[in-house]
Amino acid sequence: MSKQIVTILQLYPNDMNIYGDHGNLLVLQRRLEWYGYQPKVITYNLGDDLPTDVDIIIGGGGQDSGQEKIHADLLKIGPQLKKWADDDVPMLVVCGLYQLFGKFFKTSDEKTLEGIGILDIETFGTNERLIGNIVTHSEEFGDIIGYENHSGQTYLGKTATPFAKTIKGAGNNSSDGHEGARYRNVFGTYLHGSILPKNPKLADFLIHTAVTKRYGEFSTDLIDDLFVGLARDIAKDRPR
Amino acid sequence: MPHPFVVIFGKAVRYAMRLRGGGSALPGLFVEKIDPDFIKKTLSTLPKGVVVISGTNGKTTTTKMVVALLEAQGLKVFTNRTGSNFTRGVAAALLGDIDIKGHLDADIAVLELDEAHAVKFVQTIPPRYSLILNVMRDQLDRFGEIDSTAKMLTKIAQATTDTVVLNREDRRVANIKELLANQKVDFFGLSDELLATFPSDDDMRGGTVKKTKRPDATVVLTAYNKDQATYSIDGHRVSTSLKLNGIYNVFNSAAAIALTYAILDKDIDASKVLSTMSTVTPAFGRGEQLEVGGQPLELVLVKNPSGFRLGLQSFPPTGYATMIAINDNYADGRDMSWLWDVDFTSLAQQGVSEVSGIRAYDMALRLQYDEVAITHIEPELALALRQFITVNKDTPKRIYCTYTAMLTLRKELSKITDVEVIS
Repeated sequence: MSKQIVTILQLYPNDMNIYGDHGNLLVLQRRLEWYGYQPKVITYNLGDDLPTDVDIIIGGGGQDSGQEKIHADLLKIGPQLKKWADDDVPMLVVCGLYQLFGKFFKTSDEKTLEGIGILDIETFGTNERLIGNIVTHSEEFGDIIGYENHSGQTYLGKTATPFAKTIKGAGNNSSDGHEGARYRNVFGTYLHGSILPKNPKLADFLIHTAVTKRYGEFSTDLIDDLFVGLARDIAKDRPR
Repeated sequence: MPHPFVVIFGKAVRYAMRLRGGGSALPGLFVEKIDPDFIKKTLSTLPKGVVVISGTNGKTTTTKMVVALLEAQGLKVFTNRTGSNFTRGVAAALLGDIDIKGHLDADIAVLELDEAHAVKFVQTIPPRYSLILNVMRDQLDRFGEIDSTAKMLTKIAQATTDTVVLNREDRRVANIKELLANQKVDFFGLSDELLATFPSDDDMRGGTVKKTKRPDATVVLTAYNKDQATYSIDGHRVSTSLKLNGIYNVFNSAAAIALTYAILDKDIDASKVLSTMSTVTPAFGRGEQLEVGGQPLELVLVKNPSGFRLGLQSFPPTGYATMIAINDNYADGRDMSWLWDVDFTSLAQQGVSEVSGIRAYDMALRLQYDEVAITHIEPELALALRQFITVNKDTPKRIYCTYTAMLTLRKELSKITDVEVIS
């Protein structure tokens, strides 16, 4: 019997992949394989045709210059991404794309980049870089471990839900004590590290949601997560 | 000229530190505190001025090559050869080389400087020549973004008074030319055929390497195999044998030759350039070969995704036992994200014998996702090294390690074999 296909859409890998974001894609691919599915990766870069049907969407961080480069194109595909978000398609956007999934990003030189508004967040460029190891906590996913490196500070609007509360490190900004934002199955976060390898619960949530949405049931296979448990224990206690 | 007291005091601290072992930058710190103009006063007397070499990868080995090339041309060269490439390291190195009155007997200074420190350094001491090697995703946790690293390198180029030598194949470095008004600019580069083997970070996930129109280069590396390189120098084709391993070292040999030509211009003895280049060996930990129990052991320093990738490409795993040691101390970079930008599948067939370092389990996790089998994991470096050597007694060995892991491993190895002492 041929394997069931799960389609991952990776947004702007050419311009928005600065910081180990490849790890997120790799983890989704491998875990899907280990669960017995066949991952199919579609990369979407500047000016490409957007596919009509996808199961998981991921996107990464970039330089400020990368953000400006993809900005107009992102606004163009924004309505379709919003439709998918409302249709509960699981998505993970990190750092630069997290910011642009919000309402706007006002850079430190007062330029305003309009976002696609899937997340009710606003981001302001600053001269302060929030940088270092970070541990956050969510009821659903437990401790979330990663590394943050951003000078944009993000503030949540009335309808936004934070992804997690910050235990160690900064998170969205230097004052509010929370990290990331969530809308339905869309997760926006500042966590690199990469986030999915070190937080398999989140990876499995994206995978599980995508597979059950498409095929109605999920694999009973198990994955050996011994190394990640040990890696998490060490990472939690490392200096910022 | 520095105050004799400062010199004597600094020298005494340096001597005390050497007795204690290690600590190459510390005596420089003492001098810096007492006489902040110490370096400036001493270096400004050199007849051929100061050369600064900066960039992400390959500074140490390239500096070593340039020093050898210039010395072969008869120049007396001062350099910070300890690999402690911060301003303090320069002060510490100066203390070792000056006489008691603070006079430095040299024609030219060739200094490798970390991007951030170079920016401060060139504000005080404008270099006559500078060489910018590359900008890669290294130490983003220290410098923020790759574009801001490029800006620092631009400042070094702008402070240069005579000639700037740039890497034609690194877009961010080549573009620095557009921001220079008063400097002469020379390029080093690769032939179109070789360009595909040296992807930059931007090309890394994009797939194809785009052939765009590039400026002419003084020195182009046109061919390279195991121990032989062919360059085109000012349009002339020349070949030499090399003792350098690792393709990034070989590319940087083109950079070193281009810089040497820029410095000596018409006075150069071209035949000596090649004969000298054939004798240069990599700097410590940059493909360095040791011997343990009658078998070779190679140390390969890895500190960013491009470097690790090129290391894996340069040294085929067949016939070797592999160990990987990853620390995340400040000098290594705290962030582990970079491991996810390296493709380890080339190790899948052989497997990895030993994984170690503070972040051993991060590395193990990374290998798991490339389905590379691991024989043993031991975060403690000394224990891991012992295990690795015992289990692979009759096999050539190779250790990929981050900077501080390398320092520890070298110390352990020096107990059982000859390791060049770095003072």
